[in-house]
Amino acid sequence: MSPLLDPLAWLILLPLLWATLAFVAAERHGPALALAGTGGQLLCVIVLASDVAGHGSIGHLAGGWAEPLGIRLVADGLSLVMLLLTQGVALALALYARSYFSRATPPAFWPLTGFLLAGMNALFLSGDLFNLYVTLELVGLAAVGLVAAGGGAAQIAAALRYLLATLVGSGAYLFGVALIYGSYGTVSASLLGTLITAEAPLAVWLAGGLMLTGLLLKTALLPFHFWLPPAHGGAPAPVSALLSALVVKASFYLFLRLWLGPFAALTEALPALAQVPAALGATAILWGSWRAIRADRLKMLVAYSTVAQLGYLFLIFPLLGTGALALQAGILQATAHGLAKAAMFVAAGTLIKVGGSDRVLGVAGAAAHLPVTLFAFALAGVTLMGLPPSGGFLAKWLLIDAALVAGQPWIVVVALSGGLLAGIYVFRVLRLAFRRPTAHEDVPLPQRPAALLEWTAFALAAGSVLIGLGAAPLLALIAGVQP
Amino acid sequence: MSAGLIYAATGCLLFVLGLGGVLLLKALLRRILAFNLMGSGAFLVLVGLAQRDGTPDPVPQAMVLTGIVVAVAATALALTLARRWHALTGRDDIARVRDTGRRVRRKANERRKSAR
Amino acid sequence: MNPPIRSLTVVALLGLAAALLVAVLGLPPAPVKLAGEVAANLGASGVSHPVTAVLLNFRGYDTFLEVAVLIIALLGMLAAGLPPPPPTGSRNAMLPTLARLAVPLMVLAAVYLLWAGAFRPGGAFQAAAVLAAAAVLLHLAEILAPWPRDRRGSRLAIAGGFLLFLAIAAALLANGGLLRYPPEHAGLLIVLIESGLTVSLAVNLAAFFLLRAPEEQR
Repeated sequence: MSPLLDPLAWLILLPLLWATLAFVAAERHGPALALAGTGGQLLCVIVLASDVAGHGSIGHLAGGWAEPLGIRLVADGLSLVMLLLTQGVALALALYARSYFSRATPPAFWPLTGFLLAGMNALFLSGDLFNLYVTLELVGLAAVGLVAAGGGAAQIAAALRYLLATLVGSGAYLFGVALIYGSYGTVSASLLGTLITAEAPLAVWLAGGLMLTGLLLKTALLPFHFWLPPAHGGAPAPVSALLSALVVKASFYLFLRLWLGPFAALTEALPALAQVPAALGATAILWGSWRAIRADRLKMLVAYSTVAQLGYLFLIFPLLGTGALALQAGILQATAHGLAKAAMFVAAGTLIKVGGSDRVLGVAGAAAHLPVTLFAFALAGVTLMGLPPSGGFLAKWLLIDAALVAGQPWIVVVALSGGLLAGIYVFRVLRLAFRRPTAHEDVPLPQRPAALLEWTAFALAAGSVLIGLGAAPLLALIAGVQP
Repeated sequence: MSAGLIYAATGCLLFVLGLGGVLLLKALLRRILAFNLMGSGAFLVLVGLAQRDGTPDPVPQAMVLTGIVVAVAATALALTLARRWHALTGRDDIARVRDTGRRVRRKANERRKSAR
Repeated sequence: MNPPIRSLTVVALLGLAAALLVAVLGLPPAPVKLAGEVAANLGASGVSHPVTAVLLNFRGYDTFLEVAVLIIALLGMLAAGLPPPPPTGSRNAMLPTLARLAVPLMVLAAVYLLWAGAFRPGGAFQAAAVLAAAAVLLHLAEILAPWPRDRRGSRLAIAGGFLLFLAIAAALLANGGLLRYPPEHAGLLIVLIESGLTVSLAVNLAAFFLLRAPEEQR
């Protein structure tokens, strides 16, 4: 294939292009540009995936300069899975947002979404620690803009809280990069993997701590989760879906990369360190699920569910020594949750839009006129609970398998309890939705929403379940990554 | 102790000061300024630590230029949001703004709203 | 934050500061020295100042993305909502005079900074900052009116530089990589990109101050 059509580069250039065009053009052209753009991006990632599956990881030197002078972009199995998830969910959400915002789009929604996707693609492809800082800011600032878009005081406050949290996170990350450059004279991730040994100076340990803690803040792991529920619960449904399904996965991906790559020698030298994210993850699962069960508003319920499900991702860290199992469990969980959470927010958005109330109780009787949406919500719930044959089930299965192999049975208990708790809040919504309206309840017949609103939710939810059935190619891609 | 190390040490102190400011201060404008202090601290360390043996190194200097632009963008966004928040509510801090969606009895909710 | 957590945070921060100082002051020398590599490849980079070479050639991809970050900040401002125009008619006699004297010099300085970036500290960002400051000065002196948000012209100006950068980046893919300049044309391409960026970034930075909601709407 001609180098002019290099899919790796176009995954970054294409979203930047359509986002800038959406900025310049009139607002009504936004959806068309977004759909064309995300469609093209999906094509690029499929081509790139087949390349990587054939040749192993692919590198691309930005500027043509070899490391450590230049910046190297890398596409391997792990980045490919995240890229596939991003483009797939983005296309579905673009379709949904087009119908959802049919009457009033929040200002700058389409350009901000385009830049967000560009930042995420650039993040998944970058192999340079400082370049990763720039991409982190791209993603973070675009996400804050989306939260604030067109909102009243509550949304602005949520955006401010999110912004301050994300800036502290990237500030800590940048300081860590500064320490690393001072210690080694390079910020190339692959080079640092060979240079950093267990006898690294104190500055490197501090750098690692700062960078990883900063990323935890951006991933909203307990106790740094305080900014997530207002931001994800208060934004319009397509924005919440983008944030919960994709944005938090980006910083988790970077955390995982740093743990396995440059800082591998440090984390192997002190295995007890891995218990910290795992313990925080376990607490997040229990606390997040509890708050979801007690939530008053539907989108808050889904947002707290995100807090809980993100905990699962961090349970894998004590288990990474058992080979590819734990890594596969984590990435599969990230993918399945991304699809399921996007589906859930999309379904919630439709329910709220049609029902007119954003409270959980407002869902009562919705099954009668929104069957597809409720089915999508239920399917997404199946993944979150970890019922077979969904992607969530497979992820939990792998996690439990890895935990038993590594001799950490408490993780098994936490994983199973999390599934039960998820069941409680999912069934809370479903029970209400399938309730028949009693005689004295005044139920005016609401209008049917656009079919697209319902079917995008269904497609996303179905995706999260089908991942469990057809996970073999995905797992093969991940297995190619050195743990 | 070379000049580079003095810059780096100062950078460390500025970073921690800025971090403390963002976490502990109440007024939004001061928290945004504290974030800038964090950024300046990181830049000082980036430039000072890399050049602690006296030889100039253009790579961290270029990185700092990039970092300054990113910090300007972030500060601009933060100030915009703070300005909008002030225009909507007249407040200059986001303390005690809780939107946790808890299940509360309606009376308690209304009582709290009227007291604010 | 309640008092016990506050004290705990302060203690933790003091500990962090101490640890950082100890770490930084006791650091052994770095194994990799990039300054030498930059000097070795400076000839092929198209500019003669090492920092500009790193910024626009060796690590030009970083610069490319940071322009997007600035645009995102502006988009965030448009998303959150613009403030109303400032009150006019303050009749300050000194400021407009000062502005009229200073702004032509500032524009001259900006052009010089842009041109000088090739062989001494300077470049697109510095020039854009000076130009934007000139625009803000004119605005504060009430010589330059605030911009309404729907002006297509200002949006094109902001996007133009970035689109030029993007077009060149895409075209250079044919040369084998993202932003991979052929050494004989590198200087010209860099000047082209920097000029476009100067205008774009100046309008972008000025827009942070000058973009206001239209008069009637609040």
